[in-house]
Amino acid sequence: MSEYPHIKIQQEDFDLTTEVAALRAGHKDIGAVVSFVGTVRDINEGDEVSILELEHYPGMTEKALEKIRLEAHERWALESSLIIHRIGKMYPTDQIVLVAVSSRHRENAFYASHFIMDYLKTNAPFWKKETLPNGDERWVDARITDKEAENRWIK
Amino acid sequence: MINVLYFASFREMLGKADEQIKAEHSTVGALIESLSTRGENWQKALLENQNLQIAVNHDVAQRDTMIKAGDEIAFFPPVTGG
Repeated sequence: MSEYPHIKIQQEDFDLTTEVAALRAGHKDIGAVVSFVGTVRDINEGDEVSILELEHYPGMTEKALEKIRLEAHERWALESSLIIHRIGKMYPTDQIVLVAVSSRHRENAFYASHFIMDYLKTNAPFWKKETLPNGDERWVDARITDKEAENRWIK
Repeated sequence: MINVLYFASFREMLGKADEQIKAEHSTVGALIESLSTRGENWQKALLENQNLQIAVNHDVAQRDTMIKAGDEIAFFPPVTGG
């Protein structure tokens, strides 16, 4: 694989078109690109959310994401892949995560992008803190459904 | 010395993000036992917490993982990214 950065953890927003163009650049063998964009919702656990703040573990988060990405490449025939995860303060409707995968055929790209998101949710050290309209702050609890989503990929 | 890091709700609950500790514990579990003597917060966050997540040198670890001088040990709650 090229020098193109496959893992990015950044405060800035990202542009889907630009990122997918870079992912595809120089690959004549790509027949399918699947991209997933996660966005900040304005409601969680029945409460309105004003701000979402993302924290990570510098060093470990990058390593964990790269491990997930490489595992996707081992499981499916992929041409290229990219994970961008934002950190810091975000607001409802903001983009928070991008997973983009390319392959010769669409099925591999669909499966791999789904797999990467499910594993990212439970294996990459990111933590979310919500601020409610009244100013109260609370850490988001891990969901059992995320663990169940991961488990379906266990071979 | 070992470097110990605390993230997210743990950092807030324990009142610190990181610290250097003398390398005198052979496993993560022994380190946890020792940190837990600091008080109720520490006991709750580390010793009695079934959901405690541990990393040693950026790899997922368990209570029986061996540690040595120079290692970086991190404690954090279950992750919630994406």
